[in-house]
Amino acid sequence: MAHVWRMIAQRLALGFLTLFVISLLIFGATELLPGDFAEAVLGQSATEETVAAIRRDLGLDQPFHTRYIDWLFGVLQGDFGKSLSNDRPVLDLIGNRLGNTLFLAIYAACLAVPLSLALGILAALFRNSIFDRVSNAAALTSISFPEFFVAYILILWLAQGGHFPSIARLSSSASLGQTLYQTFLPALTLTLVVTAHMMRMTRAAIINLLASPYIEMARLKGMSPMRVILKHALPNALAPIINVVALNLAYLITGVVVVEVVFVYPGLGQLMVDSVTRRDIPVVQAVALIFASAYVLLNLTADVLSTLSNPRLMHRR
Amino acid sequence: MANDKTQEPLLTVRGLRIEGKSEDQWNEIVKGVDLTLHRGEVLGLIGESGAGKSTVGLASMGFTRDGCRISGGEITFDGIDLRNASAADKRGLLGKRIAYVAQSAAASFNPAHKLIDQYSEAPVVHSVMSRADAEADAVDLYRRMQLPDPEQIGFRYPHQVSGGQLQRAMTAMAMSCRPDLIIFDEPTTALDVTTQIEVLAAIRDIVEQFNTAAIYITHDLAVVAQMADRIKVLLKGEEVEEADTRCMLSTPKEDYTKSLWAVRSHARPEQPKPEGETPVVSVRNVTAGYGKVDVLQDVSFDIHKRRTVAVVGESGSGKSTTARVITGLLTPRRGEVLFDGETLPADYRSRSRDQLRQAQMIYQMADTALNPKLTIRELIGRPAQMYLGLKGKALEDRVKDLLNLIELEPEHYIDRLPSELSGGQKQRIGIARALAAEPKFIICDEVTSALDQLVAEGILKLLDRLQEQFDLAYMFITHDLATVRAIADEVVVMQQGRVVEQGVKSEMFQPPHHPYTELLLSSVPEMDPDWLSDLLASRAAK
Amino acid sequence: MSFLMTLFWVVATALGALALGWLFRAVLVLATPANMARELRKAPLTASFGMLVILIYVVVALFAPLIAPFAESEVVGRQYQQWDSTYLLGTDNLGRDMLTRMIYGARNTVGIAFATTALAFFVGSILGLLAAVVGGWLDQFLSRVVDILMAIPSLIFSLLLLTIFGTSVVSLILVIATIDATRVFRLARSVAQGIVVMDYIEAAKLRGEGLWHLVTREVLPNAMAPLVAEFGLRFCFVFLAISALSFLGLGIQPPTADWGSMVRDNATLITFGDITPLLPAGAIALLTVAVNFVVDWQLHRASGLKE
Repeated sequence: MAHVWRMIAQRLALGFLTLFVISLLIFGATELLPGDFAEAVLGQSATEETVAAIRRDLGLDQPFHTRYIDWLFGVLQGDFGKSLSNDRPVLDLIGNRLGNTLFLAIYAACLAVPLSLALGILAALFRNSIFDRVSNAAALTSISFPEFFVAYILILWLAQGGHFPSIARLSSSASLGQTLYQTFLPALTLTLVVTAHMMRMTRAAIINLLASPYIEMARLKGMSPMRVILKHALPNALAPIINVVALNLAYLITGVVVVEVVFVYPGLGQLMVDSVTRRDIPVVQAVALIFASAYVLLNLTADVLSTLSNPRLMHRR
Repeated sequence: MANDKTQEPLLTVRGLRIEGKSEDQWNEIVKGVDLTLHRGEVLGLIGESGAGKSTVGLASMGFTRDGCRISGGEITFDGIDLRNASAADKRGLLGKRIAYVAQSAAASFNPAHKLIDQYSEAPVVHSVMSRADAEADAVDLYRRMQLPDPEQIGFRYPHQVSGGQLQRAMTAMAMSCRPDLIIFDEPTTALDVTTQIEVLAAIRDIVEQFNTAAIYITHDLAVVAQMADRIKVLLKGEEVEEADTRCMLSTPKEDYTKSLWAVRSHARPEQPKPEGETPVVSVRNVTAGYGKVDVLQDVSFDIHKRRTVAVVGESGSGKSTTARVITGLLTPRRGEVLFDGETLPADYRSRSRDQLRQAQMIYQMADTALNPKLTIRELIGRPAQMYLGLKGKALEDRVKDLLNLIELEPEHYIDRLPSELSGGQKQRIGIARALAAEPKFIICDEVTSALDQLVAEGILKLLDRLQEQFDLAYMFITHDLATVRAIADEVVVMQQGRVVEQGVKSEMFQPPHHPYTELLLSSVPEMDPDWLSDLLASRAAK
Repeated sequence: MSFLMTLFWVVATALGALALGWLFRAVLVLATPANMARELRKAPLTASFGMLVILIYVVVALFAPLIAPFAESEVVGRQYQQWDSTYLLGTDNLGRDMLTRMIYGARNTVGIAFATTALAFFVGSILGLLAAVVGGWLDQFLSRVVDILMAIPSLIFSLLLLTIFGTSVVSLILVIATIDATRVFRLARSVAQGIVVMDYIEAAKLRGEGLWHLVTREVLPNAMAPLVAEFGLRFCFVFLAISALSFLGLGIQPPTADWGSMVRDNATLITFGDITPLLPAGAIALLTVAVNFVVDWQLHRASGLKE
């Protein structure tokens, strides 16, 4: 087992290295600004004095590495700096919104993962049947739809009929049931978009294996189609399926941005879009770093899990 | 072996026709094959690739691969009509009364489960015995199959067990429900000769012990001679003839069968060893490897003009690595390669264009050695254009000459793609490409091992003729001693990266041998039905 | 709308699309040379429907000024007018003709997406092939850089870059193309790595062929099929990404007619049950569906030929 732990430790180290480089990239990207950060902030109202004042204020007269290290240590202690547009600490702005976004993503994941795995396995089991073809065409269609299209169709269909609210209002006093009801449409939108991907990839991962000699062997041992899929194909498809799930959960995190805008959902995505429009760089940096960390951590988890699912790695010669 | 004709046959196949789908069309690949098998009898099914032997073998289990369908005939197993039986009924028979042993055990064991789990699956699912009984039974069968450490080996995963052992474990698994019939589909083809012996002996023993009927599918005549009571020869989906093994070996009736038998007798006269001539290629004390491991240790041999040196060994012996050192793909740690007495730069990128031209290579798999997107004209023309600077009409004439040399009609083939050629034709294109550079020396890496015997024979004859015509020196890498007999002047025997013995062919095939050469030579199956028994007896006596 | 009615319309639309596909395939088979016609005859109806849609989009995009009833950003009436005989699809939030904007949108949105994909492909596949063929430090360097870039979710990355570079069409194309090139690089590299281990590459190297010959004559022709299919897929991603950015107000900027921003600008109508703003969204969806159908067919064909 020692080599597995060593391998996992290596992956973790690599993950943190990646995060470090990403933070460097996110912070350093502002250096690419044509002109100067301070001028960009002030836009047309820039005079020499105000620019100089802002520069001093933001520490722009310091060299790059000093500023980066200051910023990074701040971030590690939860201090993301101040918003340029309203001078409030970035952390306050992020506050509840991070929780809201995570709630929505987890809600959608709970709907999407079981649904798509079940559909994918069924499609592989009944491959080339009518069920397979219809679900394949439907999945392909739904992959092709922009998120906002799906969202508006659902609004038109379900919210116009008065079944579900089209604007996701969250209040701290609402019970879990009410919150789930309030946020059903955004969660459903995300579910539809992600399920199609996951289902197709699950199906492909299993069907890929069905041509293997050991699957033929299982069939020649008189095993039922269901047993062949569940007992013989699925364990070997675990690694690709774990990666598919991770990839799509990661996608959920970014897909949230558009969906939050459509449903006016008070999450990180909204905040990011607003800040990009206002060119509020500290906020954008903070939110980008949070999204990127979540993404890296998800992929890292998938990596570790698929390592653990591989008997060749778990049981060496 | 019981061959009681008064009994009802266990399996009868009448007029079996099977179609396969290619490019949206159904083509008949098995054209009316009959087959009768009694309890306890072993039928050898033999033929070249495309003969339909595996398809027939699977169909006698009532099974067809995806893209195939049974279009006619009857399959009756112990009174059950397998062609019209429901899927559930067939599942009740498969694994329980009819079992299957596949060609590659490494690919046919599920990598995600332990051997014992896969062994127990059929007995438990078919309610033949409990899981605990199945595990106990597995140990017994593993022991009978002479697997090392039978108590523990079942608790390993497939990747933790060697190829020969896996093949035996698979035979044990097939036996788990004590079936009436087992289909062996080329079970030893992927194994080295020395490993093959052990597996053959184990399979023969266990089939005899349980009086199981078997269909043994192979392309190797000598192997089938050891295993089968009767032999049926197939050609392109049709039966050529069927007879008792001894009868078939001594007096084959049909021309096709005779030609199969005749292949093995071809041998080229040995060229006299030249004296005092500088060798074309001289490998001197080469030690080489990947990473920290030395794959080659102190390898030396010479190859002279108009002579063929066969480098023989099993997988992992270092034959191909030697070729990589000579071509400059792998830089040796120590030692050097001389060409016409001059040291070649170790890395091919430092060699001159002329040095590259002088040494050419022909590969085992013509499929991967020819760029599938280039026409024959481009494939053969490129070296001539590069090295000899031919253009336009001169280039086209040269390509046509080369095609004539390899006995392919130029007008017909020059603008085709490799995918439009047969395996043997592709290999000929590989030869023409090597010749186009007008080399002095050619490395032939297992050039015939992917081909059927008759086609391989043609390639060997062609290589012989070209050697005469162009004074070529060949290095012939092979694991097949029959090929060595046919073509070599000198033999270099390699084992685990070392040259264990070398000399001219006439001496190498005469005792006394190095022990490994002895093992290698004695392990090559012979066309004598008693060969395996005699060999095992003589080895046991030692 | 009851569930049954919805289902009816979904099925009716699907069947209508398949019927169109069938008709178009029949026309194509008649109009093309024999060997191509043989392939086309085997095309599934979804794929031929896809080809028909792509063809229509291309024609509309090319001849937009001839087809459109008004000029691209001409204000022709009051805001949010109903559908009528003059303004077939009504007017938008500034009183511009919806249909005209839709038609110009085909030119702008599809054109920009296509240019971006082409750029991403050019850069990504050349670097990917080079990395696989040359190997060594070049491969290591490029792969690590791409790994890092791919560790940041693409939408977030593009938002970050757009904050910095501002939202112009040029920076949009460059930003999206850079991000997408990393994905193309991955694919091109892995495809090429499968080819580089082939004996014919070894043979070419031993023959003394240069890098240019290796890449263009030996590797590229064999990598073409998967790359072409990937082009379709990448186009869909880029197209959706640009539309999403435009929808968020960060992509193609007014007054250029563009489908994503058209949805955003007129979204209020949806709350009144008016489906007009869904038309540009539907136009995006339809093209993506069409491309995906064609790509799916090609991928299926490529995998079928291998066996």
